[in-house]
Amino acid sequence: MTLTDWNPILGRLTLQSLDPLKAVFDPTVNNFIASGAADAVVVGALLGVVLMTKYRLWKPLWNNWLTTVDHKRIGVMYIVLALVMLVRGVVEAVLMRAQQADGLHGGFLSADHFAQLFSTHGTIMIFFMAMPFLTGLINIVVPLQIGARDVSFPMLNSVSLGLTVAGAALVMISLVLGDFSTGGWTGYPPYTEAAFQPGVGPDYWIWSLGIAGLGSTLTGLNFIVTIYKERAPGMKFMHMPMFTWTALCTAILLVFAMPPLTVCAVMLALDRYAGFHFFTNALGGNMMNFANMLWLFGHPEVYILILPAFGVFSEIVSTFSGKRIYGYASLVLATMCIAVLSFTVWLHHFFTMGQDADVNAAFGIATMLIGIPTGVKIFDWLATIYRGRLQFTVPMVYMLSFMMLFVIGGLTGIILANPTVDFQVHNTLFLVAHFHNMLIPGLLFGMLAGYNYWFPKVFGFRLNEKWGHVSAYSWTIGFVLAFFPLYAVGLMGMTRRTVSYTNPAFQPWFQIALAGGFFVLFALFSMGMQLYVSIRDRDLLEAGADDPWNARTLEWATPSPVPAYNFAIVPTVDSRDAYAMAKASGAAYMSPARFNNIHLPGKTSLGVVTAVGGTALGFGLVWHMWWLAILSLVLVVAAFLARTFTEDEGVTIPSGIARRDFDAWMKRIRPEGWSDDTAPEMPGLETAQPMEHAE
Amino acid sequence: MKTENASSREAYLHDLRGYQTGLLLAVLLTVVPFGLVAWGGLSYVTAMSVVAVLAIVQIVVHVRYFLHVDLSPERRDDLHLILFSALLLAIMVAGSIWILVNLQTRMMMPM
Amino acid sequence: MTTEVLKPSRGYALIAENDVHHHDHGEKALSGFWLFMMSDLIIFGLFFATYLTTLNKMAIAGGPTPHDLFELKGAAMETAFLLASSFTFGLSSLAMKYDLGTSKVVGWLVVTLLLGAGFLFFEVSEFSRMFAEGAVPQRSGFLSAFFGLVPLHGAHVTAGCLWLIVMLVQIRVFGLTDAVKSRLMRLALFWHFLDVIWIGIFSAVYLAGVAQ
Repeated sequence: MTLTDWNPILGRLTLQSLDPLKAVFDPTVNNFIASGAADAVVVGALLGVVLMTKYRLWKPLWNNWLTTVDHKRIGVMYIVLALVMLVRGVVEAVLMRAQQADGLHGGFLSADHFAQLFSTHGTIMIFFMAMPFLTGLINIVVPLQIGARDVSFPMLNSVSLGLTVAGAALVMISLVLGDFSTGGWTGYPPYTEAAFQPGVGPDYWIWSLGIAGLGSTLTGLNFIVTIYKERAPGMKFMHMPMFTWTALCTAILLVFAMPPLTVCAVMLALDRYAGFHFFTNALGGNMMNFANMLWLFGHPEVYILILPAFGVFSEIVSTFSGKRIYGYASLVLATMCIAVLSFTVWLHHFFTMGQDADVNAAFGIATMLIGIPTGVKIFDWLATIYRGRLQFTVPMVYMLSFMMLFVIGGLTGIILANPTVDFQVHNTLFLVAHFHNMLIPGLLFGMLAGYNYWFPKVFGFRLNEKWGHVSAYSWTIGFVLAFFPLYAVGLMGMTRRTVSYTNPAFQPWFQIALAGGFFVLFALFSMGMQLYVSIRDRDLLEAGADDPWNARTLEWATPSPVPAYNFAIVPTVDSRDAYAMAKASGAAYMSPARFNNIHLPGKTSLGVVTAVGGTALGFGLVWHMWWLAILSLVLVVAAFLARTFTEDEGVTIPSGIARRDFDAWMKRIRPEGWSDDTAPEMPGLETAQPMEHAE
Repeated sequence: MKTENASSREAYLHDLRGYQTGLLLAVLLTVVPFGLVAWGGLSYVTAMSVVAVLAIVQIVVHVRYFLHVDLSPERRDDLHLILFSALLLAIMVAGSIWILVNLQTRMMMPM
Repeated sequence: MTTEVLKPSRGYALIAENDVHHHDHGEKALSGFWLFMMSDLIIFGLFFATYLTTLNKMAIAGGPTPHDLFELKGAAMETAFLLASSFTFGLSSLAMKYDLGTSKVVGWLVVTLLLGAGFLFFEVSEFSRMFAEGAVPQRSGFLSAFFGLVPLHGAHVTAGCLWLIVMLVQIRVFGLTDAVKSRLMRLALFWHFLDVIWIGIFSAVYLAGVAQ
């Protein structure tokens, strides 16, 4: 990068940076794919704008969604973002599978393009698919499960979403303008230093992660305080549903595990922008410290991702077995153990870096230890299923396929935890197969199960079961076909992140894996069909959507869709599985004597300001447009300052409306012939908890 | 009214004494290590051990007298948070130093 | 083993008079701020760890050593200013807590601000002396780590000073309302927290560097 390439207004942006034109300058298959992707982003964005304008949706979008502080709507926006990014991530994955299936002596992608694909695939799937998905579910469910009207800091919640969106926007922009990093999602220097990648790629990586990471930290903070301070009266910690427990542990991990990522990203930025020597080859830089800090974040991150999924599975297995969860206390304890232990194992990601055997042994043992609480969970879920009255709904199919596949993935993890074995297979596709085996059945199936499970609560109608099943089975088959072959080629010595190979023995395995990729594409298509069919048939699917699964926790003690204020009357809780108990005792169908006015926080445009300003800031920094970076930073800070000088009046919902909604809901859910006067005082406790004695 | 004022005055003086005690201890715990290093009579390892211990004591003093986190039940949540953070901090910092020093001695002997 | 007795449970009750259990916003904001500070603590911790692992020949890379660069006098001055400012902020907090009048609160805040500015002045002049000696962050891994850690603290103090100025304006505009008081309490935490971090810096960076 010489100074002459730099323009005070456009920074280092030039005509060559426009990816849609790549195929024009140099028409190869590789460039047609790159330009096609860029065009898809541009056309998609334009189509969105046109449709929004045509159906006059801008105003409702602004009023009901972008400026809302309602945790449920914020959660929905997170999940929409996650699903959009999921599509991109899966398409990239299938492209990589296609390249490697054809990769004997070549393939159709350039090495550089392939490297960008695996870098964006990893970055997107972790930071812009998995994280928003679980954050979205936590947002929707946790305040409802603890009987709260909202999170502790609703405005901050909107700001966190804005930061996440800004990060995702930067990754999307990188498809159109300039190239993304080719350094993998971990962005190891010195390869990502300016000496080796002087372009914008690693800068996109740094700022998209940095900005989104700040949002995640704030989300974590918000939910810790929410779970500590907003629980319904009477709800003790040991009354909290398992999903709330896992959300709490994830939130704690977010607060303490995001800083290392921030630190190593900032240090890398200082290296690249200001010529520091944190991780360079020359003048005393130490790139091994980057690996150290990245995994100080990276390993807890694994549990940030997986714990909420464990929570979802705990709720689902209990609901669809028609029983209390087995071993609640042990599940809580296991979750906390995992959260703490997750900070003690990070070195197993770089066993081969050169430290001595003692260090490796210590972290190897710690890694094996963390398998114990995870094993406890598996047994608890099995015991919950045991003699339960199982319903094979879509979430339950995900749950069962998770249980089988996750145990296999866990076993390969125990193999990898042994440093001597790790030396043989590190950096091979065996490892790639292992962590996909943890994250797809563990995380993604959990999220998709949660999506199917809580969808009726949020939108007031169920999702179509048939397409749901098709999708769940396709995901399972697709996963098995796509990743089990990678264990084999990994053991045969195929390194990860390799664009082509010369050993013909690899090729059949890669062709099977590509077939798996197609199944996954079909699973994604089925999800789209499921959504389409469900919206089309929503009138039919509305029946019983208030509590379609006969569920046990407080989020179901609300009408579907949940009103903005969540609970007309904040419940006073005296047990675990409060809603199941209340249904059994009749308390769930009682009307309160009196309704009060409900006060809710008002709208805010700070989330939008953050999203736009954050994107502009990142964009300015990536392209060295210093004026844009400074301007957007100043404007965002000014907007926040201005906000502290104004008072939020909030909105008040009159008690009459709360009563009207409540009565309408009661009319739907009350058993036939119910009347408040004849309500029994304490009937049917036995049916509420059939396995209580066995516990 | 008068007694209320008096008790409020007393509480104020009590709190003020807290800050004064904190300041006094902090000054002491700062002057001693600076003096030790300026004097230079101790070996490096001894001096650094003393400095480290005094620094930790001073941190406790600040937390107790300036941040007002003590063993009382009202501050228990904050205390737990601080201790938990300290645990994670210790794991991360000590672990990083252990790993990186080990790597340096094994892989990057001075040229 | 004792047999567990089933406690009858209604699950939940709906009673309109249940708005008793509400934490006020100030308390929640304070808890959230504690969490933010602990997250920040980890950031500092990793900069410390990085710095400590650069105290060797390889990372110094033939450049100036800590012993060449650091002097006790500047560090002592900075320490004195910061500690004094922590104390004066405490006096302001006390004046606020016991309603000793807005002028007292503001007065001690202004003194705190001046002390904070004094700290920054000494820090910046120390950096410019180091720059003049050729000790720039681009010189070595050790200096990169130093200029990662110490100015990070300085940037926090700068942010604290700016925040203080905003609060002085807010006191002027709104007076000592509950919202302003709650923000001042958070700023006080932040300010004391920065002094705690500084203990680590003067011990691990300056004293350790000079003693070497």
